Amino acid sequence: MKLFGYQLPAMSSLLVWGLLWEIIGQLELTFFLPALSDVFITLSEIMTTKPFIKAVIDTGQAFTLGTFYAVTIGIPVGILMGKNRFIDELLLPWVNVFLSAPLTALVPVLMVLFGFGLKTIVITTTLFAIWIIILNTRAGVKQINPALVEMANSFGASPMAAFMKIYLWAALPEILSGVRIGFIRAVKGVIIGQLLISIVGFGALFELYSQQFLMSHFWAVLLVLFAMAFTISEFLGLLERKVSYYASKR
Amino acid sequence: MNNQTTSTNAVSVRNVFKNYDDVEALHDLSLDFPKGELTSLLGPSGCGKTTLLKIIAGLLPATSGEVIVNGKTVTGPGPDRAFVFQDFALLPWASVLRNVAFGLELRGVPKSEREAIAEKYIADVGLSGFEQKVPHELSGGMRQRVGLARALSVNAEVLLMDEPFSAVDEQTRRKFQEDLLNLVKHENKTFLFVTHSIEEAVYVSDQIALLLPRPSRVSEIIRPSGFRHKPIDSIRRDSEYLDIVDKIWESLRTYVE
Repeated sequence: MKLFGYQLPAMSSLLVWGLLWEIIGQLELTFFLPALSDVFITLSEIMTTKPFIKAVIDTGQAFTLGTFYAVTIGIPVGILMGKNRFIDELLLPWVNVFLSAPLTALVPVLMVLFGFGLKTIVITTTLFAIWIIILNTRAGVKQINPALVEMANSFGASPMAAFMKIYLWAALPEILSGVRIGFIRAVKGVIIGQLLISIVGFGALFELYSQQFLMSHFWAVLLVLFAMAFTISEFLGLLERKVSYYASKR
Repeated sequence: MNNQTTSTNAVSVRNVFKNYDDVEALHDLSLDFPKGELTSLLGPSGCGKTTLLKIIAGLLPATSGEVIVNGKTVTGPGPDRAFVFQDFALLPWASVLRNVAFGLELRGVPKSEREAIAEKYIADVGLSGFEQKVPHELSGGMRQRVGLARALSVNAEVLLMDEPFSAVDEQTRRKFQEDLLNLVKHENKTFLFVTHSIEEAVYVSDQIALLLPRPSRVSEIIRPSGFRHKPIDSIRRDSEYLDIVDKIWESLRTYVE
């Protein structure tokens, strides 16, 4: 962004919005929106409390496990679908259905099946993240230069070697962009899971704060989540740009 | 090169048919490739020359018939053959060194050993100093040198080249053709060379197999004999060279729209 010919540092627009928030908050127009400074003060207070730290740990654990399964299952399934017509036709309708399905509606069913704990949240997170990872990986594999596969075959590559040395790398830019979107969806998944179960992690905190109208607490937790999602997305975006440097020249 | 009767064949193609669904691409094709020589497969586009090369490479199955390489029937790709691809087929994410060593990597050769071999062939094709570059930092001609070094480094007896110079510019191409003649002379390998350029085929070949399309069969085998031992810069002025180029064009012209 440029202002009066000066190059402003990245994300300086956030300052403007932050300032606007502060002013509206200070005017005390609505209890719903406390001043940004109050939110930060509250954040620094609750950050060291036991429920908050537990929420961070619980959420982090569920998120890590959920995305781990989404990646380790999603990428191989996507590669298989891209390579094999039969598997592709077998699975593609389901992947498309689940990608656009309102997964939130499934969470109560998962609760019945897997209980009110970590397991349900991990599965919810995985379900939110995995489909886009599968679809992107599949698309990445489908656009691989067939000459590369032929080359590997001509030098006697085993199917495993072709998988690890050709398919995975050639599809890497698409895989990473799938993983990035998948991780953003996983943030949604982990919070929605926690909210619906409402006795675990940030979900429990949200319930508590909103029921007692502790708005600055509410916003503080929300800010933490936004910052988390943003950081993850930016980090993966950076990784993605690094590999697409090679990808554009394929 | 008048040892035609005494030389044995590195590759023999016996009664090969190839159908794509109901299209007959190759019809009862038989052809011998003498050891240590360069044989060109020449013909108009769509005559199945690349199909034949890929069947010999073991990348495509023949519908019927067999291919024999050094006495053994081909059932798939093998270490006795190495392929040079038209569009290079280099790993865009890997350095020149890893690309050249990639054939050896797939065959499980330890890293230090395969890199030492790769270094040697990188130097042989004139790319010393480019080991750590990635393919898109190189020109088209240099990329094909990488592809050639990769094929040479696995030390196969038979080199299969699928229009290897068609994606490089004319001047680079001439240099490649001269280098190829040196390679044939010194490497003691058998070269199978697919091209659609008549001049190129006559310039580099010990034997030219003229393929005609729909369905493909070998219409003629031509063995230039007079100018092969002459200095390479006089070949293009040799009368036999010019006669053969004209003769091939006569056979092909009716097939070119």
